[in-house]
Amino acid sequence: MNRLGWLGAALLLVLVFVALLGDGVTAYRFHEQDVEHTLEGPSANHLAGTDALGRDLLARTAQGARVSLLLALSSTLLALAIGVLYGGVSGYLGGRVDAWLMRGVDVVYSLPDILVIVLLMEVFQAGLTGVPDLYRRLLALGLALGIVGWVSVARLTRGLVLQAREEAWVEAARALGVGNRRLLLRYILPNISGPLLVTATFRIPAAILAESTVSFLGLGIQPPFASWGVLASDGFAAMRSYPHLILFPSLAILVTLVGFHLLGEALREAIDPRGRA
Amino acid sequence: MIRYALVRLAQGIPVLLIVASVTFALLRFLPGGPFDREKALPPEILRNIEARYHLDEPVFKQYLRYLADLARGDLGPSYKYVGRDVVQILREAFPVSVKLGVAALALACVGGICAGLVAAMYRGSGLDRGLMLLALLGVSVPSFVLGAALVLGVGLWLGWLPAALWEGPLYAVLPAITLAALPTAYIAQLTRTSVIDVIDLDHVRTARAKGLSELRVHLRHVLRNALLAVVTYFGPLLAVLLTGSFVVEQIFAIPGIGRFFVTAVTNRDYPLVLGVTLLYGLLVVLANLAVDLLYAWLDPRIRLGGREA
Repeated sequence: MNRLGWLGAALLLVLVFVALLGDGVTAYRFHEQDVEHTLEGPSANHLAGTDALGRDLLARTAQGARVSLLLALSSTLLALAIGVLYGGVSGYLGGRVDAWLMRGVDVVYSLPDILVIVLLMEVFQAGLTGVPDLYRRLLALGLALGIVGWVSVARLTRGLVLQAREEAWVEAARALGVGNRRLLLRYILPNISGPLLVTATFRIPAAILAESTVSFLGLGIQPPFASWGVLASDGFAAMRSYPHLILFPSLAILVTLVGFHLLGEALREAIDPRGRA
Repeated sequence: MIRYALVRLAQGIPVLLIVASVTFALLRFLPGGPFDREKALPPEILRNIEARYHLDEPVFKQYLRYLADLARGDLGPSYKYVGRDVVQILREAFPVSVKLGVAALALACVGGICAGLVAAMYRGSGLDRGLMLLALLGVSVPSFVLGAALVLGVGLWLGWLPAALWEGPLYAVLPAITLAALPTAYIAQLTRTSVIDVIDLDHVRTARAKGLSELRVHLRHVLRNALLAVVTYFGPLLAVLLTGSFVVEQIFAIPGIGRFFVTAVTNRDYPLVLGVTLLYGLLVVLANLAVDLLYAWLDPRIRLGGREA
């Protein structure tokens, strides 16, 4: 892996650390109000300043890392699980099944992400009646993000499986009597895991970006939870007088996305030299 | 060619029908109607309203009614904007979004291809590295962060350009830049990679051996091949621009489709949400068709119908 890749990995390590600790990286709780010091710029006490309710912005941004990262990671796992299965089956079976499965994927793929996420969120929120109100929106958003990300994973997996299927070692395995399921799961899948890993590295920042965008529009996460998108949205409203409110959440998003892209590009170079992902 | 275009266009109709049906089903089964208020309406008034919009009929009948109206190009009345129908709203908002989108598209293509070509020609130089660093930032920065920075920096602090609203060409500059940033950066990366792939091929060496100037070699023989990769990106590019327009129109208070969609979702204005989804579905079908035709034109090896010779 190249030097920029290590830089990306280091940035992400810090991020994971912050996400694990949440507002524990500061002396304040994320919902704690300091009514004497509202809407203050950065100072020695509040390193990133405070918001309209006197809450410490650094604590809120750190807490936001937890929400953003958790959602991004879990939705990426979901996307990988569905996408690899769907794309794998489609590519492996080929023929008419493949054509139909992929037609469906093409439709979802070409619609704008945000549109699909917003529609799916509405559906899940209506469907998840057993979940406490507080978490329902969070869960709905996670599921919607996973389902949107799933499509591109399926396309990639299908292409890779189609390629692998024609190779001599697959034919050899089949000649030795290896069954379909075993062939797909134990032979083909490990062989295409490199490009899949690279894709996963790019899916995570895409999920973070989508989540923060939806939340920025006011259609995603809602209080008491605060992701970076929510913080940026709050900050945008008061941007002219209090630019620090939007500055810090934006920086957090930017640094995270750059980190993931650096790592992704480096991984691509290192483990997927043929540029399959 | 025309026959092929017509066939492909006809293939898009079932896709649109599926999109319409799925969205209809999704939205109609959601709880919470457009007429839910903090304070409940008297039941007789609610009944009247529901009868007015045919919400009291069986769902299947509503669906058929919707499809029949659709075939006539009627998307029904908006629930929120009383007295206006969806087609009317879309007709007003669409040109605004199109102008913004076309400006961003032009910016992204010209800027991205130029930057990618220059970076590839001076591969490894400081210029290349600088451009690619910019491109990395471009694919990483969310549009609301860039938009906010432009509003604050260029619009409010420097006061060079209007920071919001939509009242003339100058008002389009900042939103178009915001919308174009991501695709420009992506196209630049794409162009650079594919130019570098092509640069060592035989026909390029022949062109050089003929004594063509370096610039001419790049423009005539390298770029044409490299553009194929960029053209395949045009399909997803539309989705990127549409997604971006939701945010950009919100930030700059532009009365386009994206802005109406966000409000329509919050208001549960089902017909408007459906209308926007359908319009976008139609755009996507048309864009994919355009990409296929453009591809066939750029690469003579690809015979119409998708088979490779």
